Amino acid sequence: MRRSRLHTPKPHARPGETPDFSYLELSPAGVAPRPDINVRVRDINGLAYELIRVLDDEHRAVGPWNPHLDPSELQVGLRHMMLTRAFDDRMQRMQRSGKISFYMRSLGEEAVAVAQCMALRPTDMLFPAYRQQGLYVVRGRPLVDLMCQLLSNTRDMCKGRQLPVMYHWREGNIFSISGNLTTQFPQAVGWAMAAAIKGQDDIAASWIGEGSSAEADFHHAMLFASVYRAPVILNVVNNQWAISTFQGFAGGEHRSFAARGPGFGMAGLRVDGNDFLAVYAATQWAAERARMGAGATIMELVTYRAAAHSTSDDPSRYRPKDDYDRWPLGDPVERLKNHLIAIGEWSEDRHAALAAELDEHVTQSWRQAVTYGTLTEPPRLDPHLMFADVFKHMPEHLKKQEAQLHAELAGE
Amino acid sequence: MAQMNMIQALNSAMDIMLGRDPNVVILGEDVGYFGGVFRVTDGLQRKYGEHRVLDTPIAEGGIVAAAIGMGVNGLRPVAEVQFADYIYPAYDQIVSELARLRYRSAGDFFAPVTIRTPCGGGIRGGQTHSQSPEGIFAHVSGLKVVMPSNPYDAKGLLIAAIEDDDPVVFFEPKRIYNGPFDGDPNKPAVPWSTHPKGEVPEGHYTVPIGKAEVVREGGDVSIVTYGTMVHVCEAAARSLGLDAEVIDVRSMVPLDVETLVNSVKKTGRCVVVHEATRFGGFGGELSATLQEECFWHLEAPILRVAGWDTPYPHAFEWEYFPGQKRVARALTAVMEAR
Ligand SMILES: Cc1ncc(C[n+]2csc(CCOP(=O)(O)OP(=O)(O)O)c2C)c(N)n1
Repeated sequence: MRRSRLHTPKPHARPGETPDFSYLELSPAGVAPRPDINVRVRDINGLAYELIRVLDDEHRAVGPWNPHLDPSELQVGLRHMMLTRAFDDRMQRMQRSGKISFYMRSLGEEAVAVAQCMALRPTDMLFPAYRQQGLYVVRGRPLVDLMCQLLSNTRDMCKGRQLPVMYHWREGNIFSISGNLTTQFPQAVGWAMAAAIKGQDDIAASWIGEGSSAEADFHHAMLFASVYRAPVILNVVNNQWAISTFQGFAGGEHRSFAARGPGFGMAGLRVDGNDFLAVYAATQWAAERARMGAGATIMELVTYRAAAHSTSDDPSRYRPKDDYDRWPLGDPVERLKNHLIAIGEWSEDRHAALAAELDEHVTQSWRQAVTYGTLTEPPRLDPHLMFADVFKHMPEHLKKQEAQLHAELAGE
Repeated sequence: MAQMNMIQALNSAMDIMLGRDPNVVILGEDVGYFGGVFRVTDGLQRKYGEHRVLDTPIAEGGIVAAAIGMGVNGLRPVAEVQFADYIYPAYDQIVSELARLRYRSAGDFFAPVTIRTPCGGGIRGGQTHSQSPEGIFAHVSGLKVVMPSNPYDAKGLLIAAIEDDDPVVFFEPKRIYNGPFDGDPNKPAVPWSTHPKGEVPEGHYTVPIGKAEVVREGGDVSIVTYGTMVHVCEAAARSLGLDAEVIDVRSMVPLDVETLVNSVKKTGRCVVVHEATRFGGFGGELSATLQEECFWHLEAPILRVAGWDTPYPHAFEWEYFPGQKRVARALTAVMEAR
């Protein structure tokens, strides 16, 4: 046997071992400083390592990053997160019962999409990956529309062409999701460069998982964003796992993902992704900075993927079953709920009533969605739609193939 | 001999090569501890250690580039790209580097890299889990390109690929990982144990790269195909009661022209079938070669059957997939031509 000197990253625990999150560097709530919007990058390198947190262990909002949101806004945020979760939960079950072919939940990381979207303007352009369904909830896309996409039915926004969860919404300024990781990250930068060229006030924001930051497109995004000071927020959702591979394999063993920012001359913020208030405040800061032309920000949102990667995945094969139970940053819904209760603006009863109301909303939406068809039950999308939109105008060879399919289906 | 599905056969090939040659290493996304999303590398890291079976960052370009560097330094890397649909970030490394290294260095440098990647549709995977991009790799000079259609060939071809000093892009039709598939999604799944090619030797053997196989002899018409479509074509010919000769190309580059030509000269009729899109696809190369070599023996134009020239649509999988019906229509047309 040869002796190998290669280093291979080791996760904190595998199945059967005790979860140990001591690798995670945590700062107490309220400690990280909040610099001026137009601060020089070299003066805030520390924020790429510290953890921006607002909610403390007593459920209080503390420190300079407290966004001082009105309680009514916090209640809206709670509602959005709870609706996202109720929707995910039901769609997971619908996949299990064979109604849809595939699903991906955002369980445990709902604060990321919800708080970030609330801190942005409706005209800001969003380039999400597949785990930011909260963006659709905040921007008010009816759940029925999302469900119709999942069902590939006659009201499917993608006309049956995409795998479930690969939504898009032009009017809502949410870009089409690609199944290929990280591709949309540098595209968001291009969109932002165009906004700057056109003198628009709007900014772009994009999301990838920490695993996806390994792709070359991540570096393209960072480079173009920093070279042109594009008005964009580049978000890395560090939920610790990329399918079976822990964040060390994306380079997280040696330094934070936010720390990639200073290397490119770009602001980097490391944020408690399960702290609604911290996520909101940091996004507000980065958005203002981008809008005034002071440059892009890379934001690492430290969170945990509490659910399986997708309905095709079984996480008990690669991480301890009780991993999430020991996760030190808790649950984003619970934390915001407890804060609202602590400030006298919420109660267990109101919480239970809201949960029931949202559940009913999901039920009603599903009932309506299936009337437009499912993968197996009519009405069905017209298969000839498959040939449309390959090009703006259908070329001859596709017209010929469409006619061939027509004959095939007619059994000629 | 043992009963194996394609996943087990591929696993066995890598197991044997890791055991025989200390320079063989495996790398890819989720291939190590987890054993791969299709479980093709299951148990190999446990057996050979983390320095022989490496989990990698999610960076296909990095995976192939690192494999090239390892190959140059004497290792024999087997890189997995999780889905063929995700091979494009590695395209530059494959085309500009891996394929041309031997040529541009006048044979002084080479990288014996095998790139394994699951391809093809039929699994409700939508456009990013269903593609068949073999044609765009076959078009690149300097790459060997293979696609097995059964467990026996899968193991023998993979061992041959790993032992080969040239780069090999090894496509695995994932729809037939667990059993042959005749194109009818409404039939219950059939395991490989029902198929003679599910019998696989436990030890080392090779299926030579560059050899096609006549999987069914016949006199009426030659069907030239590969991958999942081998099984679809056999069923289509059966449904028509045709005495078709079915040829599994197995290796696109190098191509076994002789076996194909002999068959078409004998039958005088030919249908070329693949799952990939038609326009500019590998079927064009097959058809053109056969036309050049067999023109005076042909009794009908050679027809091609393929996927439509659209991205792979999620909801219309079975209208898109070139199933038995589409193959049968072409066979009928070729048989009726006078
Ligand atoms: C280019 C590309 N390579 C591989 C895949 C397969 N794949 C899909 S999701 C995934 C893991 C992504 O992990 P991460 O970026 O951390 O996001 P998370 O799922 O944890 O939210 C992989 C490897 C893909 N979709 N695209």
